[in-house]
Amino acid sequence: MSKVASALGGARFDGFASVREIGPLGMITLRAKPDVPGLAAAVTAVTGTALPAQRRIEVAGDKAAGWMSPDEYLLIVPYTEVKAALATLAEKLAGQHHLAVDVSDARAVFRIEGTQAAEVLMKLAPVDHATLAPGELRRTRVAQVAGAFWADETGYSLVCFRSVAGYVMGLLSHSATKGAELF
Amino acid sequence: MSTRLAKGGRLIDRTAPCEFTFNGKRLKGFGGDTLAAALLANDQMLVGRSFKYHRPRGIVASGAEEPNALVNMGQGGRFEPNQRTTTTELFDGLTCTSQNHWPSLEFDVGVVNNYASRFLPAGFYYKTFIHPRFAWKHIFEPVVRQSAGLGQVPKDRDADRYEQAYAFCDILVVGGGIAGLQAALTAAKAGKRVWLVEQTAHWGGRAPVDGVEIDGQPAEAWVKNAVQALESMENVTLRARCMAAGSYDHGYVLCDEKVADHTPGDGRPRHRLWRLRAGQIIAATGAIERPLSFAGNDIPGVMLAAAVRDYLINWAVAPGDRTVIVTNNDDAYRTAIALKEAGLEVPVVLDARASVTGELPAKARAMGIRVEAGKAIAKVKGGKRVTGVAICAQVGQGSVLEEIACDAVAMSGGWSPVVHLWSHCGGKLRWDEAQAQFAPDKARPPLNHDGAALVVTAGAASGALSAADVLLDATDAAGGGMAPVATAPQEAAMEPVWIMPQGAPVDLRMKMWLDYQNDVKVSDVQLAAREGYTSVEHTKRYTTLGMATDQGKLSNINGLAVLADSLSAPVPQVGTTTFRPPYTPVTIGALAGEARGEIFQPLRTTPIHAWHLSQNAYMEPVGLWQRPYCYPRAGETHEQAVHREVKNTRTNVGLLDASTLGKIIVKGPDAGKFLDMLYTNVMSNLPVGKCRYGLMCNEQGFLSDDGVVARIDEDTWLCHTTSGGSDRIHAWMEDWLQCEWWDWQVYTANVTEQYAQIAVVGPNARKVLEKLGGMDVSKETLPFMQWADGTLGGFNARVYRISFSGELSYEIAVPASEGRAFWDALLAAGAEFGMMPYGTEGLHVLRAEKGFIMIGDETDGTVIPQDLNLGWAISKKKADYLGKRGQERPYLANPDRWKLVGLETLDGSVIPDGSYAPAPGFNANGQRNTQGRVTSTYFSPTLGKGIAMGLVKGGLTRLGETIEMTKLDGSTMQVKIVDPVFYDKEGEKQNV
Repeated sequence: MSKVASALGGARFDGFASVREIGPLGMITLRAKPDVPGLAAAVTAVTGTALPAQRRIEVAGDKAAGWMSPDEYLLIVPYTEVKAALATLAEKLAGQHHLAVDVSDARAVFRIEGTQAAEVLMKLAPVDHATLAPGELRRTRVAQVAGAFWADETGYSLVCFRSVAGYVMGLLSHSATKGAELF
Repeated sequence: MSTRLAKGGRLIDRTAPCEFTFNGKRLKGFGGDTLAAALLANDQMLVGRSFKYHRPRGIVASGAEEPNALVNMGQGGRFEPNQRTTTTELFDGLTCTSQNHWPSLEFDVGVVNNYASRFLPAGFYYKTFIHPRFAWKHIFEPVVRQSAGLGQVPKDRDADRYEQAYAFCDILVVGGGIAGLQAALTAAKAGKRVWLVEQTAHWGGRAPVDGVEIDGQPAEAWVKNAVQALESMENVTLRARCMAAGSYDHGYVLCDEKVADHTPGDGRPRHRLWRLRAGQIIAATGAIERPLSFAGNDIPGVMLAAAVRDYLINWAVAPGDRTVIVTNNDDAYRTAIALKEAGLEVPVVLDARASVTGELPAKARAMGIRVEAGKAIAKVKGGKRVTGVAICAQVGQGSVLEEIACDAVAMSGGWSPVVHLWSHCGGKLRWDEAQAQFAPDKARPPLNHDGAALVVTAGAASGALSAADVLLDATDAAGGGMAPVATAPQEAAMEPVWIMPQGAPVDLRMKMWLDYQNDVKVSDVQLAAREGYTSVEHTKRYTTLGMATDQGKLSNINGLAVLADSLSAPVPQVGTTTFRPPYTPVTIGALAGEARGEIFQPLRTTPIHAWHLSQNAYMEPVGLWQRPYCYPRAGETHEQAVHREVKNTRTNVGLLDASTLGKIIVKGPDAGKFLDMLYTNVMSNLPVGKCRYGLMCNEQGFLSDDGVVARIDEDTWLCHTTSGGSDRIHAWMEDWLQCEWWDWQVYTANVTEQYAQIAVVGPNARKVLEKLGGMDVSKETLPFMQWADGTLGGFNARVYRISFSGELSYEIAVPASEGRAFWDALLAAGAEFGMMPYGTEGLHVLRAEKGFIMIGDETDGTVIPQDLNLGWAISKKKADYLGKRGQERPYLANPDRWKLVGLETLDGSVIPDGSYAPAPGFNANGQRNTQGRVTSTYFSPTLGKGIAMGLVKGGLTRLGETIEMTKLDGSTMQVKIVDPVFYDKEGEKQNV
């Protein structure tokens, strides 16, 4: 597995919040309408979670299922389990109109942690954190690129496209610089 | 002279001295000073020269409305021109210089304009420089440009960092005076999420200076308690040094926070631009005092009356030892009283009103201050500083009755509510005759999406000028409730005075200044009216009134009143000019925010990027992607590198990073039907395992994108797009699926970035892959235009046998996270076969040698596939595809359309980019007719000569003909029409 590299090789910046690239995470884009028979069971079989409702992300340990759009889900599993997960989905959804593709390598993932982690995101995404529900997966933009993030007890996970990982790391580092706290 | 008083100064900290320089002079001030206050404390009243006439200019105001006191601040990477000294906080080590003079502030040769002012009225630019016509470009404009502007242009890169931030609230209160504080308290107590922003560094506004009492205590105390209460509330955010620059639709407001202007270089972002979304905005933005228009009202030492008492009480600075007050209202008497109480001289208050009866004038008289009713200033005496005033009757023509020595004049022409945020998104104004001011028309506020008022005003911004009214209005604006009770002396009515004295002759009117920064006088506006300008918007542009960096804060109302008077029209009929953001200038750095340097744009890089850089590849932008153009070796020019790369690819083997090409998965029972609509050819019958080159058109019929489609399985296709097309074509697909064919069962997924895609190209390509081993890539097993999954050198790979070069070519997709490792493995395996990487320019030359079209070169949005001899790719069997009907229109079906040909110069040289083929005669515009143009042109190292593709009338029916084509120097070259396939016409090399 040494030939597998994340976009930035685990780059890290420590300011008033800490920012680090993690991954690669196993990610599957699953396109299906919510009323497809067997969909919930297929997702549970892969992630151990329920089918997420609008803008929710359901988490079970190191696996998760997120709602991306009315007919798109994001399934997160360990990187080495993606192949098996795709096979499971193909089997459980055989005959149903759906599309499941591996997008693990197409994304870069960042962790933003610390008591003031939210402030880093407040500088880059037009998201009202006061109304961001726990367990919400928010698709938005991060300055000039598309991105999505969700919160947990220790911080935020932020996903963007692999090709702009350098740009996003630059944004996060600039925003997390000591002395630039918002409140 | 202006001096610092020994006692007082509610905003200064005498235990925190500061040293600063002005024009190289070392001066002293205190923490809490504005730069203007500190300059005055050092008797530096003269601070600049006006734009046109280079007249001496002094500090006039105490806040953002200041028109004159602008300086060049700082040095090097922190240099910034046009900084307003009245809003600049003093800090130790501050350095600044005055603007718009040479050789010095005191002795400026530009003042010769002043003596020629008779010949340089408003409009002289347009009249003077219009003839002779040729002279504008070469003589007048360079001179005008040289003298334009006030400050100097920064030459160094900005040394500071900036950022932006998003915030949300129910109520945004703008203005931290008593109106804003009361509105914020009211809204916060009602449970709303409140933001309160104040542009200066301190809270309280005017009330503490004006001696207002609230609920029995001095305003200062009330303000302190209010701020503490707000700070303790969870649902309230307070930001000082934060200016609301503009209000936009749906409650969007931009606020410029000056985080570290007063602590430069401390590592904090210098400014932060807040992008706020508010449910409603309460503009508690106060009112700005108006100057009076009398001759010499621009001489340094003439100031706004409220500003004089601001300096006195806030900063313990007396602008003058002897100050004459001139007014048309009671408020200015507060200044007379404050000066007298501080032990300074007030020789007289000149009140333009015939009868003076209010409480404040009475108090002034009781203190022994001389008050003259019905009197005016005929003119001010002095050049670089006021030395005295000549007094006349207001109703007369300016005959001098008396002269009084003084070194400052405090003028008040009334107050104008600050209605900018109300007006930015459509709030209407009404003319208040009694107060001679434009105030918000509460019946016509700017509206939100739900019909509710988007902006409400509070306090003086609504036109309410008494402190009691201010607090009632503010409470009401925030939803109502108990208002604190303010007490202040009753004020008698004001009288509008637009020219002083009323009947002043032209020689006095030529010295009555409306716009101090742009040098616009009463006589200029009257001239505009005489010349036929009746619209206030036209008058503004013709005279430049209100067009300087102060945006007319002191001049707009006085100017339009003079215009109204000249037109014998009522003021409301003339109206105001349009209010536009920003309220005060916002530095460009804040607008750019974090977008500078490395993160200026989201550059997209492939997994191989670091390797390209390590080879000193010359990178080029392809949209936002960075791709290697060529890999020049030591001593090579780019051209030489490209030639080497092309030749090596055709002789040995080349390696190309093709990761940027779009890859879109299309799957579903209706996927085949869907692709048949998107492409001009049939994709639904593409057998599993095979590839087919396809064209996509837009609805107009024009060629939009091209690429190879691969059939992956029964209901799955993979569509390649151009690098620039992946996001665009994916969006195009989703648009049709979501909006038109929403009942078709098709899903798409953009997997462009999931794979690194590497092309191994050339006669030795197969040998390289066989060396890596793992799958059968022979001609029998993997012929041209097929794909196969397998492993190569231990990497899981999908191999496409497709070729954009005409050579034996494999494009190999591996997961992006393995892309770099795979690239390295290919390089290692390819070394013995003469492998070299090649870049985008080599790619372009290789395909041009084969006559393959390039989207963006052979297409420009006006070209259809039939123009490019690609009719073979257009299915005759399909009932419909996107673009079919468009192509049937007469203009696109016309056989006279220019068609694709190869072009070759007779002498082997390269046709320049953009070259046209002229045709005989001229068109209706007097331009030469044309019969063709070049679309791609290169030097071919393979053939040793220039080659090109182009579109020519008649196309290949003219094969063999020689035509003329233009060169850059205007002459023409001889060019032969040839087959666009210059190399390996039969296409044998890619089939091996």
